[in-house]
Amino acid sequence: MNKPSTLRRILTTDLPVALIVLFTMAPFAWMILTSLTPSAQITSSGVSLSPAGWSLDNYWRLIQQTSFLMNMVHSLIIATGTMILGLVVAVTAAYAFSRFRFPGRRLLMLQFLLINMFPVVLLILPLFVLMRRFGLLDTHFALILANSTVAIPFAVWMLTSYVGAIPKSLDEAAMTDGCSRLTTLRRIVLPLMVPGIISTGIYIFITAWNEYLYALTLGGRNVRPVTVAIQTLVGEYQIEWGLLAAGAVVGALPATLLFLFVQRRLIGGLTQGAVKG
Amino acid sequence: MSIVTPTRAAESPGPFWRRAHLTPYWLLAPAVVVTAVIVFLPMAQAVVTSFYDLILFRPNASRFVGFGNYIKLFNDPVFWTALWNTIIWIGLTVPLQMGLGLVTAILLNREFPWRGLARALIIIPWALPSVVIALMWRWIYDPNTGVLNDLLIYLSVVQGAVPWLADPHLALYAVIATLTWQGFPFFAVMILAGLQGIPKSQYEAAALDGASPWRQFRHITLPGIMPVLATAGLLRVIWVANSMDVIFVMTGGGPGYATHTLPLYAFIKARQNLDFGYGTAIAVTFTILLGSFVAVYLVRTMREVEK
Repeated sequence: MNKPSTLRRILTTDLPVALIVLFTMAPFAWMILTSLTPSAQITSSGVSLSPAGWSLDNYWRLIQQTSFLMNMVHSLIIATGTMILGLVVAVTAAYAFSRFRFPGRRLLMLQFLLINMFPVVLLILPLFVLMRRFGLLDTHFALILANSTVAIPFAVWMLTSYVGAIPKSLDEAAMTDGCSRLTTLRRIVLPLMVPGIISTGIYIFITAWNEYLYALTLGGRNVRPVTVAIQTLVGEYQIEWGLLAAGAVVGALPATLLFLFVQRRLIGGLTQGAVKG
Repeated sequence: MSIVTPTRAAESPGPFWRRAHLTPYWLLAPAVVVTAVIVFLPMAQAVVTSFYDLILFRPNASRFVGFGNYIKLFNDPVFWTALWNTIIWIGLTVPLQMGLGLVTAILLNREFPWRGLARALIIIPWALPSVVIALMWRWIYDPNTGVLNDLLIYLSVVQGAVPWLADPHLALYAVIATLTWQGFPFFAVMILAGLQGIPKSQYEAAALDGASPWRQFRHITLPGIMPVLATAGLLRVIWVANSMDVIFVMTGGGPGYATHTLPLYAFIKARQNLDFGYGTAIAVTFTILLGSFVAVYLVRTMREVEK
């Protein structure tokens, strides 16, 4: 193929890409603009496009008049808890799947894949009934467990592929030197898994931070993560879009930043499975 | 989960492995036990509940009704509306996401200076909480002050303000547009990875033979990314079918039953009417319907694992 001229490249590539980027970014940009426009101005003259009309008014009100910072702490506890629980049980499971051939391996792997396919609604209703019976409703622990239904199988699969990429000869060398299986896992494999553990952990954190339906159903009064708190900013009579947008921006920020931070590695891991097919 | 002790001792490479027979099961035990308790136990509970007439907070009135909930379901017009909406919901959202994702991936696979930036920006919707996406689009669709109506009136596309989410004929499509926006980056990223796996030499050979870009696309690109399209498509059908948070926040299933999908109907029944027996019966029925897609996906993925 001969090299297309710059003009042609701009018309056939840069311009369409710019349109798609505009399409993806415009709603987000609009939300940020909304959050910067004082509420009174939104009702009178609409969202301000020029920096002259911007203020941090909505953000101040968000911090001072609502419990939003407390909600962020709840989200942080739940997302961190889910991340730890998911990683702890998944690391050894991934090691087992990757390093051992044993009866039932296929079935157990299938089981973890299957769990991710279950409709949330099928789990959410019985989880509510069960947690109510055990008095777990409205606790951080309840939401950590509920989020783990997604996090554990995901972590097991991601980490299995990461461990699979670490040469088996390293384990064998360590074991010939007299290390037990567990020591090998701890001393040799675990350090090499760190990048995989970090990106898997961050992905779990993001999903748990963003989760809404479990939080709404199993949490509520005492434990109210940001996703539910944002929804409650919708007033009873009139929606205050400015305040709501400020809440949405602040609530979405941690996950978005983390995501941008790891996206390259994460996407590599996520797409691997599909591309190999 | 039954733990099978391997009896074929001959397979063990040497005596120092011998006690290691059970090691993989011990290593797996925490993950298996936790998922059994938080996934399989509740699922069994769901199946049992679906045979009961259970209104929560009236637990004493709970009684066994056998297939009563399921019979009620087939005579429930809302069930059929929700089923039809679910079919439209999946049938439009997944192809739209895939189409837009394909175009994006092909563009991002070309050489241009700000490619890395464009790729990073396009994936952002993926990382946003559904509740933020839903509220953001509710604000955009707002009939009085929403920017979409302002824009369309300004461009003279429509004469008056359109109540996007309040019009029963439009609401479902408005939500589908939102979900397309949310989901197409996933396809773009997956397909892009697939495109990068196609050897450049194939295109060079085809260009030498005088194949037009369209023919190159049809005979090289499409076959090359077919496996990715199939896997990503299946995953997405399952994911889109299950996802109800965006609809729930945007319309709550309304106006009327215009945006009820099956999982949402189950959720609303249980949440608002506290009718857990009937709600779980809907959820179980939906799971069985979705099962065929799940089965195809599992067979495909497990074949990969065996390799």
